[in-house]
Amino acid sequence: MKPSNSHAFLIPLLLTAIGALLFWAFWIGVTGYEGERLATLALERVPESGAGNPVTSVLLNFRAYDTLMELAVLLAALLGIWSLGPAAVPYQRAALLLDSLVGWVVPMLIIAGGYLLWVGGHAPGGAFQAGALLGAAGVALALSGRPSAGLPGESRLRVLAALGTLVFVLVGLMLMGLGLGFLTYPPALAKVLILAIETGATLSIGATLAAAFLGGRPRATGAAEP
Amino acid sequence: MNPLLLGFDILLSTTLLGLALAALTSREPRRGVILFIAFGLLLALVWARLRAPDLALAEAAIGAGLAGALMLSAARRAVRRR
Repeated sequence: MKPSNSHAFLIPLLLTAIGALLFWAFWIGVTGYEGERLATLALERVPESGAGNPVTSVLLNFRAYDTLMELAVLLAALLGIWSLGPAAVPYQRAALLLDSLVGWVVPMLIIAGGYLLWVGGHAPGGAFQAGALLGAAGVALALSGRPSAGLPGESRLRVLAALGTLVFVLVGLMLMGLGLGFLTYPPALAKVLILAIETGATLSIGATLAAAFLGGRPRATGAAEP
Repeated sequence: MNPLLLGFDILLSTTLLGLALAALTSREPRRGVILFIAFGLLLALVWARLRAPDLALAEAAIGAGLAGALMLSAARRAVRRR
């Protein structure tokens, strides 16, 4: 739909205003407030966060709420995609060459994903990167003609997609039950809890991304094509 | 600073801006998406140059790889519907 001409000048005006606001925020952020920066405070406490990698410790300990919300956003996005109807028509079954390549690539992607998940504790890596690799494995399977992209049936897929958020919230509630704050890990348990959350998140991100690529509610396997 | 690296950085950022413009102004969805994927891969290089390997990994895997694949399948559907 085309916007009416009388309002057409409003769009550049609005964009300029938003641009000016963003620039102002950037300027304040760079030049303003010379006091103690959060980064130094956070870096000091990385050793007790349960993850040696500063990025992981920020994502899963200091700002765990952020990561929880990101997982919830992914889940909501998948629900939105599913609400649009059934999945797209599957791709044709790939020719021999691509098919055998996929047979090599998919296990490699799964291993690389597991490696990135583990290494995320002390070096660059982590749940989102690992999940993206698992999702890529699903995309490769879908492109070579597997209609379900290696994903389980719908009821299990639902559990898998919600797993990251579920584990995160359960850990938070458990910590509340122990008398600590929501997602305030005790240092002794931090590493185990972070690893559990990251594992759940990786599986869930991988499943969500692969399911998003299918682009709709999964078709029942074996059902007749409409 | 190493002049070679400086030259590389300037080349990288100008290419990035050019790709962004080309992707945004492309009339055909498929072409735009492919330009966007190239943009994402170069952006991953920029993150690596800024010594943020986490972001470089995430950008290459999620930004260029998966977002690109998602948009390509969306473009495929848009063409089919037309």
